[in-house]
Amino acid sequence: MNGFKLFLAGFLATLSLVAQADTIMIRNANVHTMTGDGVLEDTDILISAGKIQKIGKDLPVPQDQVAVFDAKGKLLTPGLFAGITSIGITEVSAVEESTDSSLALNEMRPEFDVVPAYNPNSSLVPVTRIEGFSFTLLGAGSKGSIFGGQGRMVLLDGGYESFIGDPVLFINVGRDSSSLSGDSRAAQWMLLNQAMQEADIPPVSTETALLTRAGRGTLSAFVTNGKVVFDVDRASDILETLRFAKTYGLDAVISGGTEAWMVAGQLAAAGVPVLLDPLSNLPRNFDMLGARLDNASILNAAGVVVVITGAESHNARKQRQMAGNAVSHGLPHEAGIAALTSNPASVFGVADRQGSIVQDQPANVVLWSGDPLDVTSAAEIVIIDGKLMPMESRQTKLRDRYLPQNPELPRAYIKP
Amino acid sequence: MRYKILLVLLPMLMMLPIGNLLAEDYPSTYAPLPSEPTLITNATILTGAGERLDNASLLISEGKIVFVGQGEAPAGTKTIDAGGRWVTPGLIDVHSHLGVYASPGVKAHSDGNEMTNPATPNVWAEHSVWPQDPGFSRALAGGVTSLQVLPGSGNLIGGRGVTLKNVYSNSYQGMKFPGAPHGMKMACGENPKRVYGERKQLPSTRMGNMAAYRAQWIEAQRYIDDLAAYENKPADEKKDAKAPERDLRLETLAGVLKGEIIVHMHCYRADEMMTILDMAEEFGYKVGTFHHGVEAYKLADTLASKGVCGALWADWWGFKMEAYDGIQENIAIVDRPEGSCAVVHSDDAEGIQRLNQEAAKAMSSGNRAGLDIPPERAIGWITLNAAKSLGVDKQTGSLETGKMADVVIWNSNPFSVYAKADHVYIDGALVYDRENPGLQPVSDFELGQLLEVSK
Repeated sequence: MNGFKLFLAGFLATLSLVAQADTIMIRNANVHTMTGDGVLEDTDILISAGKIQKIGKDLPVPQDQVAVFDAKGKLLTPGLFAGITSIGITEVSAVEESTDSSLALNEMRPEFDVVPAYNPNSSLVPVTRIEGFSFTLLGAGSKGSIFGGQGRMVLLDGGYESFIGDPVLFINVGRDSSSLSGDSRAAQWMLLNQAMQEADIPPVSTETALLTRAGRGTLSAFVTNGKVVFDVDRASDILETLRFAKTYGLDAVISGGTEAWMVAGQLAAAGVPVLLDPLSNLPRNFDMLGARLDNASILNAAGVVVVITGAESHNARKQRQMAGNAVSHGLPHEAGIAALTSNPASVFGVADRQGSIVQDQPANVVLWSGDPLDVTSAAEIVIIDGKLMPMESRQTKLRDRYLPQNPELPRAYIKP
Repeated sequence: MRYKILLVLLPMLMMLPIGNLLAEDYPSTYAPLPSEPTLITNATILTGAGERLDNASLLISEGKIVFVGQGEAPAGTKTIDAGGRWVTPGLIDVHSHLGVYASPGVKAHSDGNEMTNPATPNVWAEHSVWPQDPGFSRALAGGVTSLQVLPGSGNLIGGRGVTLKNVYSNSYQGMKFPGAPHGMKMACGENPKRVYGERKQLPSTRMGNMAAYRAQWIEAQRYIDDLAAYENKPADEKKDAKAPERDLRLETLAGVLKGEIIVHMHCYRADEMMTILDMAEEFGYKVGTFHHGVEAYKLADTLASKGVCGALWADWWGFKMEAYDGIQENIAIVDRPEGSCAVVHSDDAEGIQRLNQEAAKAMSSGNRAGLDIPPERAIGWITLNAAKSLGVDKQTGSLETGKMADVVIWNSNPFSVYAKADHVYIDGALVYDRENPGLQPVSDFELGQLLEVSK
């Protein structure tokens, strides 16, 4: 038996033990609570009934049905945020019938909601989860409209009903003038204003109306409650977004935000968070001439809440590397972890169950082989809502099918 | 001197029959930038050829590596105490579209895919390269000293690729890697059959792809035969005979069949790679490198035994059907057999800036799967193996005496997300210094932008 098989056998034995256990204890971890308690060294946590029951040093081990892991000083963090993705909404990007994240009707439909299309059995869920990610924000797009539609936070535990938090509305402004906005970003604001006014007072004539009745209802609801994510990169467009949000009382979040560092003070004053890709450092278009690697660092220093997003759905696991690069370019390490945990949780109203390690809250934690922001480390244990996640995916199965050399039978008979 | 030789040779070359590829068209005008002899001491050196040397020195002079390990430098040589920092060969990306899909990515800069015919071996990527692409400067900050710019994969045969030194110049000729062979881009699978199938023309299927490639090779062989037949005619017959007309398309294909141009084959699925290898046998040419090869791990032994490189991503998958079986151990498994040639490539203006991080991910995934891969081996995936893939491994790709002094000093272990290139040397010239804005090139496009912000 080679080393790998031994490792595998040991791992499977551990799993079956744990599957029977109600209670999980992780001993001697370096716990990044992501709360005012900071980092707790050499600390134990006890998990049962889905929650973190106790956090402390040298906790007594309960007698029955308990799986105990010795972390040996390794880092324990909250489960990470996979960013705005289409995990569970898309299987293969170029296979149209397997993707449901974008509305192709050439109409203004803020009521479009991707949540009913979510499939927790998608192979992307375990692929992402075993890399230490416990939640994602399902994004919505539209091929014709400024309104992308609505999405929602979902736990990556593979449950059918694992949605958390309130619906989130997506609006796209800037260079990608949609076909319904007359090829002008000025027209985008004209139409957005008209839509908001229609939501307030229904139009007399339906001939020139932008929105359906359902759409008006959606917008009205977001005026009173709910986050509106504006996908926007250029500094002047970000300021226009802040004005628009203030006019209508919308709770705005900036996504993209390539030039956000240029208006960091205004964003901080408005209390508007920024979701960004820290690797964006090229003038990929004329809205991104100010792209730079220390965008996250500058915003964070100015007091703006920063969240990492922008990895493609299949490779959402790259979020860790992206945060690591932000740290490499000036973001404090703990702020880098916060940008993947407590920040997204608080921005989207799920801080009571994601993004921190707190007694009596749902247990969403990951034990790491090393620094979670470095490319050489990996998640070793992933717990979502108190349940130990199996560390396997379609990809680990393929790996284990093809690792053995010179099998006697075709590999179709190797079923790890 | 080289120029004078060329002047003497030129009339002779012009007398040679058409289709002869000895003459370099659109020749390189690259000349190394000014340099001074430099001794780097107290470094952790990964040679690129499999070795790790601790507390080692490296002397570069007149653009070349003088020694690696231990040795004496002439008195007064500029000395850099690396203080334990890591030194590697300059990184090489075998798959880039910088210059042909330049930033900003506006339609006017979309010059990488001549999708007007499924076989366009007559187009050359270098004729599309915009040397002012800001992406070159970002790649340089990531330690990239050489790169191959390829046409895209919309066509079965996309055209010739070009290998560049990563220096700014007013022309691509000023970047062109002296003496590097041309590559020829080919593509398997979904892309060509989608592009042309949607137009209701050949190819719309994978079997259509094969039929179309084979027709091209048959034509190319006939072209070679016709040229040879003409050449071999006795002088009196030749006088009256008409030489075959020059054909750019067939000239490139003939170059491949004669082994002068290296095939870079975009191919994802293992079964398709096997079919392509059989086609190469059928027509007597060699596939140099399979690019993307998301399923290369399924035929790692075959690739190694046939001496074919696999230029791969660390973790991309799922963006199309033929990329569905991607695994993070792909590179490590391709690297495993004796005689393998695993390469980490980018195909991306972001990825090219972090080839070291991509290699680090692939190395770590391999190590977790029980494949024992130290940094001194993994560095080869982005240096010497990449140079082999491009046919420039005699000149660059490793820190060995006599090779081009393409060198990177890293602030820490390059197999980390926190590592940054401190100094980058190309042919012995310091062309990037992280601490010195005077040694950080800025493209014409970026100069003077956002003046209001910098006020």
